[in-house]
Amino acid sequence: MGLAAGMTLADARSLLPELTVADADPGADGKALAALTDWCGRYSPWCATDGEDGIRLDITGCAHLFGGEAPMLSDMIRRLWDFGIAARGAVADTPAAAWGWARFRPKSATPILGEGETAPLLRLPVAALRLEAASLDTLQVLGLNSIATVVDLPRGPLTQRLGETVLARLDRMFGRAAEPISPRAIAEPWASRLIFPEPIGRREDIDAAAERLTAHLCRAMSLKGQGARRLALNFYRVDGAVQHIAIGTSRPTNTPTHILRLFAERLDQVEPGFGIEAIVLEATEAEPLAAMQGALTAAGEIDATDLAGLIDRLQNRLGPGRVVQLVPVESHVPERAEVREKAKAPSPSQPSAGPLPLPPCGRGASTLPRPWNGRGRGPRSGRVRGPSILKSARPISLLPIPEPIEAIAPVPDDPPLTFRWRRIQHRVAFADGPERIEPEWWRHQDTAKARDYYRVEDLAGRRFWLYREGPYGAPEPPRWFLHGFFP
Amino acid sequence: MHSDNHPIRAERIAQAAALIRAGLTKGPEGRPCAGTGAAEIDEALPWGGLTPGLHEIAAAYGDAARAGFVAGLLGRRPGPVLWCRSRRTALEAGDPYGPGIAGLGLAPDRLILAEAARPAELLWAMEEGARTKGLAAVVADGVIPDLTAGRRLQLAAEAGQGLVLLLATGRQSTASTALTRWFVASAPSRPEAEGPGRPCWTVALWRCRGGRPREWMVEWDDAALSLSVVAPMADRPLAAAIPLPGRPPAGFDGQGPGRDQADRGRPDGGADGAGRRDDLGGRKIAAA
Repeated sequence: MGLAAGMTLADARSLLPELTVADADPGADGKALAALTDWCGRYSPWCATDGEDGIRLDITGCAHLFGGEAPMLSDMIRRLWDFGIAARGAVADTPAAAWGWARFRPKSATPILGEGETAPLLRLPVAALRLEAASLDTLQVLGLNSIATVVDLPRGPLTQRLGETVLARLDRMFGRAAEPISPRAIAEPWASRLIFPEPIGRREDIDAAAERLTAHLCRAMSLKGQGARRLALNFYRVDGAVQHIAIGTSRPTNTPTHILRLFAERLDQVEPGFGIEAIVLEATEAEPLAAMQGALTAAGEIDATDLAGLIDRLQNRLGPGRVVQLVPVESHVPERAEVREKAKAPSPSQPSAGPLPLPPCGRGASTLPRPWNGRGRGPRSGRVRGPSILKSARPISLLPIPEPIEAIAPVPDDPPLTFRWRRIQHRVAFADGPERIEPEWWRHQDTAKARDYYRVEDLAGRRFWLYREGPYGAPEPPRWFLHGFFP
Repeated sequence: MHSDNHPIRAERIAQAAALIRAGLTKGPEGRPCAGTGAAEIDEALPWGGLTPGLHEIAAAYGDAARAGFVAGLLGRRPGPVLWCRSRRTALEAGDPYGPGIAGLGLAPDRLILAEAARPAELLWAMEEGARTKGLAAVVADGVIPDLTAGRRLQLAAEAGQGLVLLLATGRQSTASTALTRWFVASAPSRPEAEGPGRPCWTVALWRCRGGRPREWMVEWDDAALSLSVVAPMADRPLAAAIPLPGRPPAGFDGQGPGRDQADRGRPDGGADGAGRRDDLGGRKIAAA
């Protein structure tokens, strides 16, 4: 119809008045191209997007799986055509040659350039060198129209006149310079793939395929003494979409049943659509597997593999951040004294023992007497209150965010007489404190204030950990918070 | 004569040691069970302790006494603890705090905290945990399974030989498949020289398969990490000396409440206390 890229809209309309016009959306185009590149993973693990409108594949060692280069390319073009994408493809020795051949080859020419076949490339226009418009114009002015006219020119003057790009492109096209492809997804050394003659869609088929892939991969990994820490199943759908399911394990594993059980919980999420034509299982992270000795655990000892399996299943279903362990941190600020880390199974050699006191612990276990009046260095009166020692009691549960309470307390540092938390009034029967906890000045540039903590018991015997933030007499009145609970 | 390292004897000693280490004793029905730590309570249970299966432990909203009771119980068993809770529970009632539970004999590194967004996920996590051998217990906060789910959990717990502790809130009584149902509440403690004394809880056994409902007043000794049944408040010899809830509205006369209590509870709080009372004179009351 005579339409071409780069035409003005007015020109195009004059040729085809009923033309449908839509705004360009480069972002969406890029995404679509990336998705298409992922889909090309069914042909080769080494695919990358190329500019705004191209995809390059390194098909070294892949073509025979599809019956050779020509059948592979025609299969690719046909499938893309089925998606509604008019694509031109070419196979050549170098990415640059393939780029030029795909775009500028004569209509009658075959898309496949055999090995070492450079003569057809010489007949291409210089635009096939992928040069900028300025360089192209210069070449045009000089009357250098085809690659053949440029390729034999002396290199020195050519570089002086046109810069290094032209020579670099020429070298890449004829394989004198390397042009690596950086793939969108790094191909994993541990992978197994299954390509179906007919698209599958039933859950049983997917399960069976996953089982076969897992068994295959696990056999390969166990031969090399490797275990997977992360695995991904990629489903290539007929409509070009790629679905991705990833699982992680807390310890390297190559037990097919374990891996399958982890995947089984996620396979529900697979939407086969019009069918799945290929499945690839990859171990995206692998570690050497320590030699295992089974069935020698004594009664009462922890079966670490059982536990590891449990943690894996929980993490994969609930999410990795949802299954955590408490790890102590050296900090006197209560909420910083522990952090949550992703739960890990204990290693088989050292099962976690029974009761194991951890400093800083409850008041009874604080055998180190610490005079509490030696602690607070804040602006407070130096009164000494009896022979008390600080029992650095810590609550059994801590609120994630301290909750403000309304408290009535004698000035300056007595515990509250009564306080109101979540709309319930509590009268204090006994109290212990204050324990002053200063903010970590080396962390906080902001206005964190010192806290005076009190352990109080209300009339019903319930125990709370309250604190007053900020001293009396400051421009801002001190505020009271409830931070935790004692049993 | 047998030598001391006779193989059979050595084996028996090893077995006994393993049992003691595991905190397990054989119940009357031959099922291994976990002691609560207080002999009186264990005796009242038909298995001599808590037997593998589902146990429901209720408490009033926001009462941490139950957490103390559970932590003390779990501290006596070896192995990791899977603590499942819903996100809402974690936000509302707070999470187990490492330094605090260490004081109750439960090493924080034994705790695996799992957070589920939906009750179905929570139940699933509990069941997975119950089925796993080697866990000390599965604790679940924030979900009450219905009869079917409860039965499933019970079967899973029997398969894994583990404890499943359901933490319920309030006194509402729903049908439940739990082997035992408890209600734990805070009780006023016996005050010590400064501030509150040892934690006191009323532990009520509401229902028990093959046992009778009972109620105890227990005290937690956090130095010995042990639970002991104490006489109810009214019968205590110290009771006369301790001012109970109906104390005069202290504080408004210018005296700190805690100190007031403490001095009365302390036999030798004479001169020292008096001196401090002078200190306290003329204080202001501030409301914040």
